[in-house]
Amino acid sequence: MSNATLVSTVVNGDAVQFACPSDESLMSALRDRVGLTGVKEGCGTGDCGACSVTLDGQLVCSCLVLGVEAEGKEVETVEGLANGGQLHPLQEKFIEHAALQCGICTPGFLVAAKALLEKNQNPTETEIRYALAGNLCRCTGYDKIVRAVQAAAKDMRKQGRS
Amino acid sequence: MAHDNRYVEKDYKVVGSRVKRPDGIDKVTGKARYGADASAPGGLVGRVLRSPHPHAQIVKINTAKAEKLTGVKAVITSEDLPDLTNGDQGMAHILENCMARGRALYDGHAVAAVAAIDEQTAAKALKLIDVKYKKLPHVTDVDEAMKPDAPVLHANMFTRGVDPAPTKASNISARTQMGYGDVEAGFAEADVIIERTYKTEQTHQGYIEPHACLASVNPDGTAELWVTTQGHFTFRNVCSKLLGLDIAKLKVTSSEIGGGFGGKTHVWAEPVALALSRKANRPVKLVMSRDEVFRGSGPTSSTSIDVKMGAKKDGTITAAVAEMRYQGGAFPGTWAMLGCMTAFACYDIKNNKTIGWDVVVNRPKVAAYRAPSAPMAAFAVESTIDLLAKEIGMSAIDVRLKNVAREGTQAPYGPTYGPIGIENTLEAVKAHPHMRAKLKKNQGRGIACGFWFNIGGQTCVDLNIGEDGTVNLNVGTVDVGGARSSMAMIAAEELGISYDDVKTHIGDTASLGHNDTTEGSRGTFSSGMATIFAARDAIQVLKERAAKMWGIPVEDVEWQDGEAVAIGQMHDNLPALSLKEIAAKAGRTGGPIAGHNEVVADGAGMGFASHICDVEVDPETGRSQIVRYTVVQDAGKAIHPDYVEGQFQGAAAQGIGWALNEEYIYGDDGRLQNPGFLDYRIPVCSDMPFIDTKILEVPNPNHPYGIRGVGETSIVPPLGAVGNAIANATGVRMTHAPMSPPRVLAALDAQDAG
Repeated sequence: MSNATLVSTVVNGDAVQFACPSDESLMSALRDRVGLTGVKEGCGTGDCGACSVTLDGQLVCSCLVLGVEAEGKEVETVEGLANGGQLHPLQEKFIEHAALQCGICTPGFLVAAKALLEKNQNPTETEIRYALAGNLCRCTGYDKIVRAVQAAAKDMRKQGRS
Repeated sequence: MAHDNRYVEKDYKVVGSRVKRPDGIDKVTGKARYGADASAPGGLVGRVLRSPHPHAQIVKINTAKAEKLTGVKAVITSEDLPDLTNGDQGMAHILENCMARGRALYDGHAVAAVAAIDEQTAAKALKLIDVKYKKLPHVTDVDEAMKPDAPVLHANMFTRGVDPAPTKASNISARTQMGYGDVEAGFAEADVIIERTYKTEQTHQGYIEPHACLASVNPDGTAELWVTTQGHFTFRNVCSKLLGLDIAKLKVTSSEIGGGFGGKTHVWAEPVALALSRKANRPVKLVMSRDEVFRGSGPTSSTSIDVKMGAKKDGTITAAVAEMRYQGGAFPGTWAMLGCMTAFACYDIKNNKTIGWDVVVNRPKVAAYRAPSAPMAAFAVESTIDLLAKEIGMSAIDVRLKNVAREGTQAPYGPTYGPIGIENTLEAVKAHPHMRAKLKKNQGRGIACGFWFNIGGQTCVDLNIGEDGTVNLNVGTVDVGGARSSMAMIAAEELGISYDDVKTHIGDTASLGHNDTTEGSRGTFSSGMATIFAARDAIQVLKERAAKMWGIPVEDVEWQDGEAVAIGQMHDNLPALSLKEIAAKAGRTGGPIAGHNEVVADGAGMGFASHICDVEVDPETGRSQIVRYTVVQDAGKAIHPDYVEGQFQGAAAQGIGWALNEEYIYGDDGRLQNPGFLDYRIPVCSDMPFIDTKILEVPNPNHPYGIRGVGETSIVPPLGAVGNAIANATGVRMTHAPMSPPRVLAALDAQDAG
């Protein structure tokens, strides 16, 4: 590996170090060096959202961010959504509502939906659809995904969490 | 042991419920492993060099510089994939499509490949491969390719199905004709005749997971392939043949699959990855970029279709003719033939004729895409039927009902229909509240119908009962969208146990007999049938073991609700034995308890659907927004209704994308201009409304539970439904799909000018 840079970061709450070339995407670094293959590559050009993660709380396509940009920041991926054996309400509702078929886009949708619900606890259908418009799903026609997000939002409001 | 596949009506305990899928947690937590998620010790990165030219002679490939680069472990060209196809032309085309042999036939055609220690080195190595091309004239349009002066792709291709056989090579691989009756007499009876020409553009399946595999070949000829595929057994057979491996020595494991829709039924880079591994003597992971997926893997045909239909004033369609031209990319296919078979399949038309022309062009080799070839034919036919209905002053729904195919109707492609659901779907549409909902300004409503054959095929299932009475079900069709649930439900239903006590596993090629590819909506139909029979096999063993435990003849044992029951007055003091109790004693009553089934699942029930679409067209921009959409489809029997609805909704969404936006755009230079999701725009969440679904259940008489395939049919009606809705919203009949904003705007402007 030529021109590798050592990057110190926090991923899903754990301190993580990895060395990566300066032109390597955060997506590749997370997948190939940290071992978090829940971060999916669908396009590598920021068009499909399958590699969505949050960087210091900001939703990003990790294929459009460099690995070295994670230095000193906090990264959250789909692997960090559940609290031990307790699934996040979005994860629960995605299963309950059959909001996944093949499941390849699911990690990105969950990360993006969580980012939405942290900003807006009671989104309308239209708000959900626009917030998730950067995530492509080819299996479901989005119907059951939107319903799952609505159901999770409702549950989270009841539980008083965001 | 032969089993009875006839439908028997029964009350279900598990089937028809909405249980949680067993792979759900893995897929919402990121644990599920897809094609690109595997790695191997000493694994290398594989990359493919692709032709930038649509048609060229490859004069020379110099790989010396790439081979010398530090970290490069193998460079291959077609010389490393010698032709072992032994006169099998179909296989030879697959081989040539995987790696160009002296000529490049489309922009994106693979010409060489490298394996290197990392991504950066592999990318550098590709740039060091020097390919000398001699550019040749190209053709990418189906109508242009049929012209006598078009550049010919294959000098040895003479049109089949033409008498006398042509003596000059052309791009037309085959002519197909089918139908029955006397169409001229039929047109003579008609009060109204409509004739139109339609075009549809090429679309891609658009699965979000690119093709990906991990290949490992040993010097002794043993090999393993981990791959995202719809048919790991077929991949094994094809790769074995192309690489000269023994079938039993190549183990193919189907990873989780991130969408396929027909596009993962064919090999692309897998033989290349195996050849790289063989040369490097190390495992090689090869993952396509999205650009490669678009340029190098299977889109569907673009088409050009003429339709002529005649009807009496009472709505009876007296004659129908279609002539359809489908391009199969750079290699011949049977896509026009499928168009011919499906075009008029929803209707009972006494005089019908279809002619199909299969054509090659300088585009990627076409692969199946969900009900392949049917949506384009249906676009032409369903649009024409609406024009007929308007001309004779009947409603779109009544004219369809007047001519609908029923049990006993002869399908245009030959067989006579058994019980089918097309009339039921149309009646359900007619009665649906959606049909009475008010439309707003600039909105219109359209309906359309669709047909798909569905298939069965070779299938093999193992069912093993553990000592605690829980069950492993091993199936060989892949789980593209929740099939593991359906299979476990069926096994639980048959055995009379809880759904949670069955765990479904997708077996690799070393652990099960051959299974045909998961295509043609065959997964739940075929593996469901084999699961029923395997469970019944296991029940027979369970009864024998119970008889042994009791010391009574097996004839006196029945299986009821998950228990062995001794029947007859002689045994009425014997308490029932549960599956768990029998399983616990298996070691002392004859060993492991299992059921197996190997079957050619015949008798797939045809699938029919009718859709309702409301669209709003912006007269300023020509943009169409789907405001309401309803799918009605016959499922035969819905095993897991959530995932049946999901198939309906997903298929409708793909059809809507095709109808409104998706198309391959080629420049005059023959290069694909939009090989990415930004410019090849599939529907996003904000483009879609909720999609209402209605599942009808007209049992398939050839399946114990009445199952029909459900995966494909609902991609067939949307093009017609959207086109009809746009016509009703604007008064403009669109004959070119996708009906994208520029095309609709141009049509609206022409209407204003006219």
